[in-house]
Amino acid sequence: MSPTATAELVVDINNVVAGYLPGVNILNGCSLQARRGELIGIIGPNGAGKSTLLKSIFGQVNVRSGTITLDGEDITSLRANQLVALGVGMVPQTNNVFASLTIEENLQMGLFQRPSAYAERLEFVTSIFGELGKRLKQRAGSLSGGERQMVAMSRALMMDPKVLLLDEPSAGLSPVRQDEAFIRVSEINKAGVTCIMVEQNARRCLQICDRGYVLDQGRDAYTGTGRELLNDPKVTELYLGTLGV
Amino acid sequence: MSSDITPPVERPKTTGLHVGEAAPGVAKTDPIIVVDGVRRTFGGLTAVNVDHLEIPRGAITALIGPNGAGKTTLFNLLTGFDRPDAGSWTFDGKSISGMPAFKVARLGQVRTFQLTKALGLLTVLENMKLGAKHQIGERFWQSLFPFFWRRQELEIEDRAVGILKKFKLDAKSEDFAASLSGGQRKLLEMARALMSEPQLVMLDEPMAGVNPALTQSLLEHILDLKDEGMTVLFVEHDMHMVRHIADWVIVMAEGRVVAEGDPITVMRNPAVIDAYLGAHQELDLGVVTGRYEAEDADPTTDALASDTVEVSDIEEEASEESK
Repeated sequence: MSPTATAELVVDINNVVAGYLPGVNILNGCSLQARRGELIGIIGPNGAGKSTLLKSIFGQVNVRSGTITLDGEDITSLRANQLVALGVGMVPQTNNVFASLTIEENLQMGLFQRPSAYAERLEFVTSIFGELGKRLKQRAGSLSGGERQMVAMSRALMMDPKVLLLDEPSAGLSPVRQDEAFIRVSEINKAGVTCIMVEQNARRCLQICDRGYVLDQGRDAYTGTGRELLNDPKVTELYLGTLGV
Repeated sequence: MSSDITPPVERPKTTGLHVGEAAPGVAKTDPIIVVDGVRRTFGGLTAVNVDHLEIPRGAITALIGPNGAGKTTLFNLLTGFDRPDAGSWTFDGKSISGMPAFKVARLGQVRTFQLTKALGLLTVLENMKLGAKHQIGERFWQSLFPFFWRRQELEIEDRAVGILKKFKLDAKSEDFAASLSGGQRKLLEMARALMSEPQLVMLDEPMAGVNPALTQSLLEHILDLKDEGMTVLFVEHDMHMVRHIADWVIVMAEGRVVAEGDPITVMRNPAVIDAYLGAHQELDLGVVTGRYEAEDADPTTDALASDTVEVSDIEEEASEESK
């Protein structure tokens, strides 16, 4: 059992129904709990509602029923800017940096609600992403996909979030860069940030997470520790793929 | 929930594709694309600098390499979505350098995109129908009289439904493409490409964003394309996929072709491991990062190696790749 298994609940998602088009629900009564300091992985087939779940936490999708709480406080359908102020950070999958701005300006954008804390937060962020500190004046548009992902994560960390939501941090990265992205997520989590990560690279995701949720058709189909899910033959067959290495 | 996944049937790889020793730019016995001296720069950065490259016909070729190696830029050039600073290339023996994208597609060379380009406010079926070539209803006068195009329209629709079924998107055929998830859009884009009955299908990261379980059936579809006589060229970071289906692998780094060969040989090439794959693919990252003990390691990984490798080793490799 991980040391975080008995910590208090930070995020509690209860029977959430949500969708984009009228009458079409993508989430059909989905529930998820994240305890303080946990790294939660969400995997599942295409169209299962993984990204929609993150968006519904972050106020980007209309929640039709059910509740989402942060530290016991109802945050269902709050707007993204309100959520950022309450301590929720989000790293989107694509278009996640301001390409025409420098790395430094990107980081400042992450902190526009609390600019006085810049020096202190920069120190924290560069303790995890050391190489960014040396390239603050470089334009984000000139960075590779892997480096952009690091900038996006750093920007979300600038507001000192309690909870960080990550939408497929390894998407489009080369194998070694994918591993680096997972290592950084693990480091962010070890620094005390509760992380909820959606991933297509299910095996890598389950390797580093404390607990995993398998979403299928808008519901949480399986839940367990990352290790339990990795060793579950049914999860392996249905969600991890059985291609030989 | 019952599984409808059947284990993939091993299909024979196509061999004997090249003439002489497998090296960058090696001649192919029957090339469908021949590239000569293609260069593309963006300001001071040389994105593509390929002296000579041949893509074998009737086979599945993977184009791999680190982020920023020039793979997508080469795709853009070959398909007419970008123009080179220098160089020429042929498709099926015909020079198509500088030809605009729509003409390239009409010749039978279609592509998909890394970030999908589905038309969100059309339905899935309408997106599919757009992919068909030589539609009578696209001509101005004929479009006014349904009897000219009705029959062809029905044929196209039948074909679209058939392909959607194969990709398990038939239940979504009346939904707006905008309502599909990222992975489903990826499938739609590949399905739409097939509507033009191409000779060469170029797929830019077909598996990115597609669930691993669905990956298997998608791989089968790609293998089917080869069985139906098409040539496939794809960019991919998923090495399981490359190993499983590619007959030939081309490795790019810093705009150049640095290695070519069959998947097994290429993936054992130390230069490729250094430049791209990294030496740590069979590790359990949970163990490497100290979150779990080696005895709890993922059974598909090398527990002992996971326990001895340091996080800094992987970070070093990643920063080497960026240089």
